[in-house]
Amino acid sequence: MMGSLAIIWAIGRKDLLLEIRNKDVVVAVAGFALLVLVIFTFAIDLNQGNAKLVGPGVLWAGIAFAGVTGHNRAFALEVEGSTLEALMLAPISRDLIYLGKALGNFLFIAVAQIIVIPVFAVLFNLVVFRWEMLAIALLTTLGFSAVGTLFAAMSVRVRAREVMLPLLFLPVVTPLLMAAVESTSHMVNGRSWSDMAQWLQLAVAFDVAFIVVSAFIFQHILED
Amino acid sequence: MVSQTTQLAVKAEAVVKNFGETAVLRGLDLELPTGEVTVLLGTNGAGKSTLLRILAMLTQIDSGSISMHGVDIAQNGPVVRALTGSVLHSPMLYADMTVRENLLFFAEMYRLQNVDDLISSTTVQVGIEQRIDDRVRTLSHGFQKRVALARALMHDPQLLLLDEPESGLDSRSVEQLDRIIENYKSMGRSVVMTTHIVEHALEIADRAVVLNNGTVGLNSTNPAADKTEILAAYSSKANDQ
Amino acid sequence: MLNKVLDLLDPLLILSAALMGVALYLIFIWVPTETNQGAVQRILYFHVPVAWGSMLGIFVVSGSSFMYLWKKTEKWDRLAVASAEVGVIFGGMMLLSGMIWARPVWAVWWTGEAKLTTALILFFIYVAYLMFRAYFPPGAQRQRLAAIIGVIGAVDTPIIYFAANLWSQAHPPLITGPAADAESALGSDLGIVLTASTVAFTFLFIYLVQTRYKIRKSEDDLVELKRAVSTSAMTGAN
Repeated sequence: MMGSLAIIWAIGRKDLLLEIRNKDVVVAVAGFALLVLVIFTFAIDLNQGNAKLVGPGVLWAGIAFAGVTGHNRAFALEVEGSTLEALMLAPISRDLIYLGKALGNFLFIAVAQIIVIPVFAVLFNLVVFRWEMLAIALLTTLGFSAVGTLFAAMSVRVRAREVMLPLLFLPVVTPLLMAAVESTSHMVNGRSWSDMAQWLQLAVAFDVAFIVVSAFIFQHILED
Repeated sequence: MVSQTTQLAVKAEAVVKNFGETAVLRGLDLELPTGEVTVLLGTNGAGKSTLLRILAMLTQIDSGSISMHGVDIAQNGPVVRALTGSVLHSPMLYADMTVRENLLFFAEMYRLQNVDDLISSTTVQVGIEQRIDDRVRTLSHGFQKRVALARALMHDPQLLLLDEPESGLDSRSVEQLDRIIENYKSMGRSVVMTTHIVEHALEIADRAVVLNNGTVGLNSTNPAADKTEILAAYSSKANDQ
Repeated sequence: MLNKVLDLLDPLLILSAALMGVALYLIFIWVPTETNQGAVQRILYFHVPVAWGSMLGIFVVSGSSFMYLWKKTEKWDRLAVASAEVGVIFGGMMLLSGMIWARPVWAVWWTGEAKLTTALILFFIYVAYLMFRAYFPPGAQRQRLAAIIGVIGAVDTPIIYFAANLWSQAHPPLITGPAADAESALGSDLGIVLTASTVAFTFLFIYLVQTRYKIRKSEDDLVELKRAVSTSAMTGAN
């Protein structure tokens, strides 16, 4: 058990080290999401009522789209040098490779949100620095990286993988996206935890279901 | 758990591998005893690389069975993976990490002990100790290949799989590679390799297997003596292409 | 010539054609026009059966994808791709017929009602399933990965439905048409026609899946023949 955790952490830490050197994924995700936010400030008349109404949707749609780009990039990096094959050569079970890669992706998207969410607060003039926001962001990011890592690994060999990944990813994460938007909407309207409880429970169920199923199913993905 | 002497390093039975309409292996049977250096020959597309990838467990077979050192690869993948070390076409290294970081990372993946000693001895063995703290990106292709070899040797595998290991190496490095292979064999270990320097490989190999049309076309246990025959089998097909 | 025509007459085809005839008679001649919605209500006799067919498709894709991952036998993959294709077509007809019905009755083409949202998202997942199969290089890996999408879709379905339900409670669907909440005036007649039509479409579904399965089998046989031919060609060259 400890050995497995060490492997997962070693893969995640290796991704972090490479990310600190290259900043490939975080910059792509944060840059993409920020652009979505900025474009919407022009596309929509942002008075106070509108911001509360559309802000949560814009934020999470932006992060979802940016997350697709990030997952694509993260797996492309592992494939360019054929290093994914080096991981596959190792005598470790495939679910550890999945969990390690998902951990790395989770951290990247989480870091990107540390940049994106404050900018969102400024542009949309909404109060977001609350514990609720942290819970929503963590649960949503966890689900995004659970599904994104699985589908990115599957799309690697597809021609036009930039098209394939969002087509697979976005419909599957729709329930999680609804949960994120609705909870954030409750939060910016000053409602309490109990109002968003059902949505947060849904997000937890989604995360657990997809982490377990993906880890279990990942052994079928890598070999050609 | 693994007996080196009594078991075959590789035993493949009726192995079939198709990629869509292309049949790569069509019921291949092959037995390779432990302690031998085997060179796989054949034209482009004869299935040499595919066979190596199958033995490295990067490619799944469609039907048939393969066991290595008596362990069925379909039943116990992780055990077989720990027994093999592979250097395939690409060096498979993280370009933006140093040699040491790469080797440390893969040592963790193989759950190795005494990692620092292991890395220094392996890097000396392949002659990259001078460049150990350089990023892989800055190394020449030949040096990257040596790092890949170090990665493959680090966990002391029973079976070494080499796909054209000489490509990108200068003649001095090829000699060094020969010594490593020789040394490896003397410990009772096995090597399965492809090559693009056929004549040279036939000198150092104990066995030559010519793949033809997805099966074994010729299996010689004395490649240096059967050189003419092997080259004839090999080049006649080369002319067909 | 006549033999060839007779070969095409699959018993299932004859059965579904006959049932379809009965259903058409019931829909357009036997059952009276619903008083609140008018003639447009008859669309439901088409809409409900194709919706059922698309659900059946999703169910079979999920089940046979799971079986393929477990058993790795070709027949499960063929069944999965056959029912995915037929299911997506039924799903498309369901979405279109639903919108044509909703516009006069609910006064909107589309609304955020839970069943609609779920159906739309599932439709997208299974379109992605088919696109993935079309884009991925052929081989056993394609079948394994497609089966994974099938299983993921099955895992996602209850979560999507639950989320869509919660969502529609928070955003009540905009239904304001003339007969939005009137009970049907047809009583048990409605049930009879819907049942007959659903049975007819179920047999049509089975016939189409069976036909697609056979075509898929022929495609696989053809690939195998091509491989065999290339073997003998190569042997001949030597």
